[in-house]
Amino acid sequence: MKIHEYQAKVLLQRFGVAVPRGFPCFTVSEAVAAGQQLGAGVRVVKAQIHAGGRGKGGGVKVVRTDAELEDAARRMMGMQLVTHQTGPQGQTVRRLLVEEGADIRQELYIGMVVDRATQQVALMGSAAGGMDIEDVAARHPEKIHTVQIDPGQGLLSAQAEVLARQIGVPEFLVPQACDLMLGLYRAFVESDASLAEINPVAVTGDGRILALDAKFNFDDNAAFRHNEWQDWRDFDEEDPNEIAASRHGLSYISLDGNIGCLVNGAGLAMATMDIVKLYGGNPANFLDVGGGATTEKVTEAFKLMLSNLEVQAILVNIFGGIMKCDVIAEGVVAAARQVHLTVPLVVRLEGTNVALGKQILAESGLPILSAANMDDAAAQVVAAARR
Amino acid sequence: MAILIDRNTRVLTQGITGKTGMFHTRLCREYAFGNECFVGGVTPGKGGQDFEGVPIFDSVAEARRETGANASVIYVPPPYAAAAIDEAVAAGIELVICITEGIPVRDMIQTRYRMRGKSTLLVGPNCPGVITPGQLKIGIMPGHIHQPGPIGVVSRSGTLTYEAVGQLRELGLGQSSCVGIGGDPVNGMKHLDVMQRFNDDPATEAVIMVGEIGGSDEEICARWIKEHMTKPVVGFIAGMTAPPGKRMGHAGAIISGGQGTAQEKLATMEECGIRITRNPAEMGRTLQAMLKG
Repeated sequence: MKIHEYQAKVLLQRFGVAVPRGFPCFTVSEAVAAGQQLGAGVRVVKAQIHAGGRGKGGGVKVVRTDAELEDAARRMMGMQLVTHQTGPQGQTVRRLLVEEGADIRQELYIGMVVDRATQQVALMGSAAGGMDIEDVAARHPEKIHTVQIDPGQGLLSAQAEVLARQIGVPEFLVPQACDLMLGLYRAFVESDASLAEINPVAVTGDGRILALDAKFNFDDNAAFRHNEWQDWRDFDEEDPNEIAASRHGLSYISLDGNIGCLVNGAGLAMATMDIVKLYGGNPANFLDVGGGATTEKVTEAFKLMLSNLEVQAILVNIFGGIMKCDVIAEGVVAAARQVHLTVPLVVRLEGTNVALGKQILAESGLPILSAANMDDAAAQVVAAARR
Repeated sequence: MAILIDRNTRVLTQGITGKTGMFHTRLCREYAFGNECFVGGVTPGKGGQDFEGVPIFDSVAEARRETGANASVIYVPPPYAAAAIDEAVAAGIELVICITEGIPVRDMIQTRYRMRGKSTLLVGPNCPGVITPGQLKIGIMPGHIHQPGPIGVVSRSGTLTYEAVGQLRELGLGQSSCVGIGGDPVNGMKHLDVMQRFNDDPATEAVIMVGEIGGSDEEICARWIKEHMTKPVVGFIAGMTAPPGKRMGHAGAIISGGQGTAQEKLATMEECGIRITRNPAEMGRTLQAMLKG
């Protein structure tokens, strides 16, 4: 799960990390009021969407007067903000963060991820702050310093100090930078984060270390112990199909093709998309119905796929193991009837009771194309989608 | 011969009184020597009872003492599953297979940290388990699609493994052992750990290695294969068409920061002498062609 910058800053502040004074705003008038409360001087209006790269797309504006602030808020609120992470359609801006400006002398990068190879949390820092860190990693990997954090000991002050000096924190601010890193680590662990970034960390003219931007992703598996995530979740930032899918225990991701794919198991679902592509087609979605492909789940899955008007054909690929093919076939037939399926449907069943399953499909009276294996299924569905 | 498990393995089910634990313990006992191999179950508070004749104990330590079990399989719900692994490790169980999907990564980081220096092997979590066809099945895979033979299978996914096994069966090729290492980012045995055992196993003549996007375990294994593997390996990576930054069902199946793409993995595997296929329907035939080679 992702959260907004202003929420990430509230979280960081709870763990002692210094952030600029600011207010989240849901309307232009709230933004104006927030600006006045911050007082005269330089202020910043920041569009709150989950995607990065907001600055380049016009989603961050430094203002000097109340009039400028109001103008910026008016332009930003409701705009379609396009960044390299939103795709060409962009994302509607519904929330703003209005905060006090900072006299920035230096911009640094501090981030934290779960390092899969070492199975511990890694702290990363770079003197090249304020830029796209993936770019820095690709072009100048030597500019990124990494510290492995022992899960038993946690982040040590000594480790944080070394990193602070490596990324060029002025000596008198090293203790403040350490506090920021230690706070970030505590926030990361206690909130079950999977990724956290403060980019940039600013060194200010008045001698402070400030988190100017903040990004947090959480581990969805830990949702059961974080009731606060319900308040933080912003459904406007998520694909409505993915939200509907998760309500029914389905794992769904929208893609831009025209062949709907319904599969049991994540690995097989990815492999099914891959083989559709190999045969010259384009998958419209990733969809894993999970181990128990019940009639109810399959029906919901059909509804989801068909809510995408681009879908020209559907491929169902089920390897029935514990779940028997005849049960799945009955579910597919019932679901196809219930949604009054009008696009061609190719079904590939394999596994337990496969003959019985195929018989149920054949005798259903529905125009279901039965496939012998994955090659056959992909060839048939790609041909059907072209017709 | 086989790897990790055979008919001499003695297994405990942790979470044996839950719906999943009961269902799969029953199926595993019905498969080959399962009836002799499953010697006990653990559910705190239900010690002294039994499940269809399998004695239930309050703790893994007690169950191990009473039954001599050397392996355990875990169906405990996600909030308690990491603690169940810890308990099995502390009790000295040699092989722990964790089926549970949805364990928080933070819990697994702590559990893997506590396992440092211990000899216990962990398979999973979020995996189908391990099967040595004709001998013993520990997990949720459909037993009957497997048959004994010379091919080792190692995979991060469940149904895609069944797909590979199904293709082998069509070609009359049986399996020595099939190991599902699971789809989580922080887990126990990696492709590499399983591959080393297949290389040492006289019953295994060739291996199918199934991977997916995310992380770099397949690349690490591929580099080891290049230097040490004496048997042919066929590889497939799922997720060629997966968009970056999206979690594809499995918690660990995500391309982040441009890292962990299928293209990258396949390129490394090919460089290291693994016969790769980009077509998931061709895993079996690719292996057969290589054996005839």
